[in-house]
Amino acid sequence: MSLNIPHRDKANGTSGATKAVILVGGESRGTRFRPLSLDLPKPLFDVAGHPILWHCLKAIEKVPSIHEVYLIGYYDESIFFQFLQEASKEFPHLSIKYLREYQALGTAGGLYHFRDNILNGRPERLFVLNSDVCCSFPLNEMLQLAREKDAEAVILGTRVSDDAASNFGCIVSDSHTRRVLHYVEKPESHISNLINCGVYLFSTDTIFPSIRTAIKRRADRSARLLSFRSSDNLESSFMINDDDDAQNGVIRLEQDILGDMADSKQFFVYETKDFWRQIKTAGSAIPANALYLQKAWQNGSKELAEPNLVVKGEKTDNTRPGIHPPVFIHPEAIVHDEAELGPNVSIGPGAKIGPGARISNSIVLAKAEIKPSAHVLHSIIGWGGKVGAWARVEGSPTPVTSHTTSIIKNGVKVQAITILGKECVVGDEVLVKNCVCLPFKELKRVSLSILCTRHTEPC
Amino acid sequence: MPKPLVEFGNKRMILHQIEALAAAGVTDIVLAVNYRPEIMEKYLAEYEKQFGINITISIEHEPLGTAGPLKLAEKTLRKDDTPFFVLNSDVTCEYPFKELAAFHKSHGDEGTIVVTKVEEPSKYGVIVHKPNHPSRIDRFVEKPVEFVGNRINAGIYILNTSVLDRIELRPTSIEQETFPAMTKDGQLHSFDLDGFWMDIGQPKDFLTGTYLYLSSLTKKGAKELAPPSLPYVYGGNVLIDPSARIGKNCRIGPNVTIGPDVVVGDGVRLQRCVLLSRSKVKDHAWVKSTIVGWNSTVGKWARLENVTVLGDDVTIGDEIYVNGGSILPHKTIKANVDVPAIIM
Repeated sequence: MSLNIPHRDKANGTSGATKAVILVGGESRGTRFRPLSLDLPKPLFDVAGHPILWHCLKAIEKVPSIHEVYLIGYYDESIFFQFLQEASKEFPHLSIKYLREYQALGTAGGLYHFRDNILNGRPERLFVLNSDVCCSFPLNEMLQLAREKDAEAVILGTRVSDDAASNFGCIVSDSHTRRVLHYVEKPESHISNLINCGVYLFSTDTIFPSIRTAIKRRADRSARLLSFRSSDNLESSFMINDDDDAQNGVIRLEQDILGDMADSKQFFVYETKDFWRQIKTAGSAIPANALYLQKAWQNGSKELAEPNLVVKGEKTDNTRPGIHPPVFIHPEAIVHDEAELGPNVSIGPGAKIGPGARISNSIVLAKAEIKPSAHVLHSIIGWGGKVGAWARVEGSPTPVTSHTTSIIKNGVKVQAITILGKECVVGDEVLVKNCVCLPFKELKRVSLSILCTRHTEPC
Repeated sequence: MPKPLVEFGNKRMILHQIEALAAAGVTDIVLAVNYRPEIMEKYLAEYEKQFGINITISIEHEPLGTAGPLKLAEKTLRKDDTPFFVLNSDVTCEYPFKELAAFHKSHGDEGTIVVTKVEEPSKYGVIVHKPNHPSRIDRFVEKPVEFVGNRINAGIYILNTSVLDRIELRPTSIEQETFPAMTKDGQLHSFDLDGFWMDIGQPKDFLTGTYLYLSSLTKKGAKELAPPSLPYVYGGNVLIDPSARIGKNCRIGPNVTIGPDVVVGDGVRLQRCVLLSRSKVKDHAWVKSTIVGWNSTVGKWARLENVTVLGDDVTIGDEIYVNGGSILPHKTIKANVDVPAIIM
């Protein structure tokens, strides 16, 4: 590349203001996050001690040119009221607003609906983040690539195994120029193992005209060919109702915009070598929790618990609980000195961990209680839940490289992560293994590999 | 470890039997075995001295069934013409040798077998008495379909030396051949056993037998049981060797036997289990329906249940779950055993 294209912002002398949008969805989305989303919208669920949304904001904060952030979704406004109040204190340099869609307009439709808000102040570029991904959000690197290439769009991509790739949007790119040549959402056949991470950077001059074109084309019924969808692919099965979507004005970035951009625009991919996971099922909160904790640990975060290793049964410091880092303990949690936590454990506010309790690779939510000598591993303990003395609540570890949270056990597909919904109670000495329990369930007997649905009755 | 040397209720199985026999005035004991009993000899010599008795070992070089070994030991059994006791080494009960000998003497016939009442006679061989006779046996019915009685052979007999004339030195069964012949002649009686009875040959039955034995100790108010006033004793029937060490905040019982030099850590939960000598259960482990073998170690927060049996010198890693595992000696288990299996 001998020819240096002059940077656009340098050319017109502006600083290149950037805004960010976080797509948060609504009640009718995130059903796979049940039973946890029955009590709290997924974006507000705590992983590594903070709501999923907070991790997005933390990454956005590191981009100096961003001052305004919009959350777009169709939850009731009241849902985010408290979070926004707290976030404005924690991120004083960011103006964070919630823009509510009164019907689900699709990821692109929502952006377009609020174009006047977004374009106010004439930002040059716009980040769009799906709130249900967990990654290190290398936004500055994406911005740098956009400037270098004078790109109209940059997508964050990551490599996954060939088997897993077809569950995602697949990107074919020029390995040298990093230009996106082709984009297909959840293809039936193998296209590429470079997949869409759900994080985009658009030039505002490009994205809104592109969406307008898609809406117009939808209205004209001269649809871009949308057949060939895999109808047996659960995650895209709603696409069967293309007509409904059309009537409702649903326009999605992944299905309606990115493919066209690959054909006609300066569209580039930034490939992250860092971690990336979707947060779809409730169980996927466990790998997300682990990855965010590990990142915080590597960055020397002060909010993690000080390590207190246990070697051959002896703790380094006997006046504190044993801690195998990384572990997050909320300042308002009470952890007994004789408990042993970690790695990859988050303890929520008001939670109480008894003497001799052992917790690893798990999330214990607010006000839950883990009684003496109980053992919790690969599990999520819901708000106000109780795990009895000597009980064992156990999930199965999922491979580090896996993008699914189910495993095959005795020939049957089961949830790897054990999840106890809000205020579930596990009796003393009871074993619970690979179970997903709805709120308020009482487990008095051994429960193995089942979905516990009925209240108060033993499984 | 040969089965007779396994500790049952912290006492070697054979010692339970020798003690009871010596107390009934027995002076000579023959051990009919089919393996090289070198390990046993040292213990037997000790017991001979302790009880002032003679113990002879009679080795079958080929399997002789249940009657053949008696013929093999004929010389010792015919030392004098007093009757001799026969007992199966796997059977535990409150051995009623004195009463049995008295009853045998009172009826004057050739043999008496101890019988016990069971709930489900259809699984066993049931004895049927002669009409209008309380003890003389008429016949045996193997696994009866219809109810014919609920008394089964408990594996303990007293026989006159003349019974040896009925046995040939060949593989032969006392239950199938000798006894039916004796009943034909009206020479065999039954003696009802009071209290518990269990064949403890299988691990599951060993645990049940332990529970029955400990219950009988409790009933007798035996001093060796751990007093329920101890903070960690829960539900009673707990037998702890004085040399064992117990950590704080444990909950132990019911039906637990802890052997010599065993170390139990803090916050350990034990129920319906046997910890054999020199084994170690680390902090916060949960052990139920399990036999922990000699010198074995159970890791912190491990969970063992559903008739898990650890052989000699087995190590169960920290936080491991074992559901019904039979773990052969010297193994180290580092992954969960989720379904019952033999781990070689």
